[in-house]
Amino acid sequence: MSALSTDLVKVLQRSELGWLLAILRDRGYTVVGPTIRDAAIVLDEIASVEDLPIGMTAEEGPGGYRLLPRSDDAVFGFGVGPSTAKRWLLPTSRILWRTRLIDGTLTVLPEVAEAKPVALFGIRACDLQAVDILDRVCAGGCYADSHYVAVRERLFTVAVDCADPPSTCFCTSMGGSPAAESGFDIRLTEIAGPPHRFLVDPGSEAGSAIVDALQAALASEEDLAARASQAGQASQRITKRLDCRGLREILERNAENRTWDEAATRCFACGSCTMVCPTCFCSTTKMSSSMLTGESECERQWDSCFSEQFSFIHGGSVRESTMSRYRQWVTHKLAAWHEQFGVSGCVGCGRCIAWCPAGIDITEVASTIRRSDVAAKRPTVGKEH
Amino acid sequence: MKPRLLPKLAVWKFASCDGCQLSLLNCEDELLAVTSAVEIAYFPEASSNRGAGPFDISLVEGSITTPDERDRIQAVRRRSKVLVAIGACACSGGIQALRNFGSDVELARSVYPNPELLSILETSTPISDHVTVDLELRGCPVSKVQLIEALQALLDGRKPTFENCSVCEECKRGGTTCLLVSKRMPCLGPVTVAGCGALCPAFGRGCYGCFGPKESPNMDAMTSSLRNVGLSDADIVRMFRGINANTPAMANAAKDVR
Ligand code: SF4
Ligand code: SF4
Ligand code: SF4
Repeated sequence: MSALSTDLVKVLQRSELGWLLAILRDRGYTVVGPTIRDAAIVLDEIASVEDLPIGMTAEEGPGGYRLLPRSDDAVFGFGVGPSTAKRWLLPTSRILWRTRLIDGTLTVLPEVAEAKPVALFGIRACDLQAVDILDRVCAGGCYADSHYVAVRERLFTVAVDCADPPSTCFCTSMGGSPAAESGFDIRLTEIAGPPHRFLVDPGSEAGSAIVDALQAALASEEDLAARASQAGQASQRITKRLDCRGLREILERNAENRTWDEAATRCFACGSCTMVCPTCFCSTTKMSSSMLTGESECERQWDSCFSEQFSFIHGGSVRESTMSRYRQWVTHKLAAWHEQFGVSGCVGCGRCIAWCPAGIDITEVASTIRRSDVAAKRPTVGKEH
Repeated sequence: MKPRLLPKLAVWKFASCDGCQLSLLNCEDELLAVTSAVEIAYFPEASSNRGAGPFDISLVEGSITTPDERDRIQAVRRRSKVLVAIGACACSGGIQALRNFGSDVELARSVYPNPELLSILETSTPISDHVTVDLELRGCPVSKVQLIEALQALLDGRKPTFENCSVCEECKRGGTTCLLVSKRMPCLGPVTVAGCGALCPAFGRGCYGCFGPKESPNMDAMTSSLRNVGLSDADIVRMFRGINANTPAMANAAKDVR
C-alpha cells in the first residue's frame, strides 16, 4: 500500500495537533500512543496531546535506556521504547474458553473477547512492518487467529516519521526506513520549523476520511521538500548495520559456530528480548480449575523460546542449554522465518539490544558468525550473494 | 446419606516467621472454598483442632535448624501422604541459612547472653535435605495464586501449572519497564524463577530473588550486570546472600565474586 496522491497532504500547526486526536476519539477509537511511565516512553491510552512525551527523548544502547529532556519541545523526538503494537493485537493473556458442569453435562463456553477499535497514534515505520509480519503469522494461512483478525480489522494507525533514531536502530538494513512509507492509515511528519508543524498524509481510505475532516491547509512544496530532506537525514543517522546478504545460509551452516557459546556465557535466557520484540508471537496455553467457581479455563499467554518449558515435550526439554535457546531465537528470526513466512522476522527496531539486561547485540552476533563462517574459509567464497 | 470424607489438611511450622501460613489465611476469597474442600485437621495457627493424622496433605513451613526439628520432620513425613514445602525457608533454608556462612558461636554470642543454653544445628537446611518432598512452593512468602493452585491441583489429582521462566518474563508481560535497563537498579529478576508476578519491579524495587534461582541461572552474567550498574563486590555478595543464600547457585556465586 503506498501513500495516496501527495496533494492530499495537509498541515497542522503544533497547536492544532489535538484536532487529530479529537477526531479519532469522536469516531470511537481508544487512542494508544507514546507516554511517559516510570523511566521510559511506553505505549498506553492517551487522552490528549499533553499526555505525549513533549520535549523528551531517550538515549539507547546495548542494555541501557535513559530518559532525557531535549533542548527543544519536539512532540515525537525519540525512538521506539519497550512497548509494541503486539500488546494490543495479541494480548499478553487471554481466556480462550471455559468449561462448567451444567445439569450434569460438561459444557464448553467459548470466550468471545471484545475487539474495541484502537488507534495507534505515533507508531513507527519499523512497527508497521512488524504488524505486517504479524498479519502473515496470525491472520494468514488457514489457521487465522479470529481475535487477532477482529482487532486488526478495527485497528487505525497514525504513523510518525522517526527524525532522530537512537543508536540501537538498524531498520535500513531490514528493508525499512525511519520515514513511514506504507502500511499506515495516516502518516505524520513533525517539522521543527519554525513554524513547528505536522504534515498529515493519508495512506488508506479510512485515513483519507479523517484527513478530509481536518480543517487544515494543504501542504506546500516547501513542506514536502522539508519532509523529504528530514527523511534523508534520519536515514543517514542510522549507522548500525545487519548485513543480510546470504545470512540465511550462513546461519544454517553455522549451527556449531563457537559464537553461540560465547553469546550463551552472557545470556540469562531471561526471555526479555522476545517479550519486547514486535514480531515474536509465541504463546502457551495454561489450563486451570477453580474451587471458587467450579469452572475450568484455558488461558493463552505470551511465551518465550528462552524458557526451558517452551520446548518441553514428553520426557524433557528439547533445548536444555542456554546456547541452544539463544541459537534457536536468532536462527528462527533471521533464517527459518523466511521459509515459514516469506520475510525476515526482524525489522531492525533494536529493542532486543536496548532491553537485554546483558546488553547482547543481535547484529554483532550475526556479524561475528559471518566473519567466522565455516564455509568462508573454503575457496568458494565470493559466490554468495 | 453418608457424609463425604474430605481430605485431611495439616499445616506445620519449623524455623520460620509464619508469613507463609498467613498467606493461606490471607486467601480471603478462596478460604471458604478451601475449608469446604478439605478438613483442616492440624493448623495451630488457625484452629485448636490438633488431629493425630494421618494427613492427606501436609503443608510444611520453615527450615530445619534444631535437633528437635530434625526429628519432628521425620514424624510429619510418616504421617503425611503428600508433603508440600511452602516458602523459601522450607525450600532452601531461608534467610536464617546465613548462619551456614559464618560462625554460629560468634553469631549466637552477639545475640544471646547464655548461648550455651541453645540447642541448635550448625546449619539451616531445607526440608528436602531431610525427607522426600512432593512439591515445593517457592517465595518469601509464597504466592497466594500458587498456593491455591497447588491445593486445587492436589484435590483434582493433576499437576499444578507453575511456570519456570524468569521473573523478567513476568515483569515484561505485566508491562513494567525494566529497572535494570532504565534506572540501573540492581535486580535479580534475570536469574530468579517466576511465580510472584514480578511484584517488586512492579512497585519500583529490584527483584530480591525470594523465589530462588530459575533453572540454569547465569550467575556470572548476573555478577557482571550488577557490577555494571555500580554495585561493589561486597554489595553483590550481600544480594546473593539473601533469602535464598543456601541454594547452590547463590552460595557459589557469592563465593565466586571474591
Ligand atoms: S529481533 Fe530485535 S531488532 Fe529485530 S525486530 Fe525483534 S526486537 Fe527488533
Ligand atoms: S539475549 Fe538478552 S534479553 Fe534475550 S534471553 Fe539472553 S539475556 Fe535475556
Ligand atoms: S526489572 Fe528486573 S525482573 Fe524486570 S525485566 Fe528488568 S531485570 Fe528483569
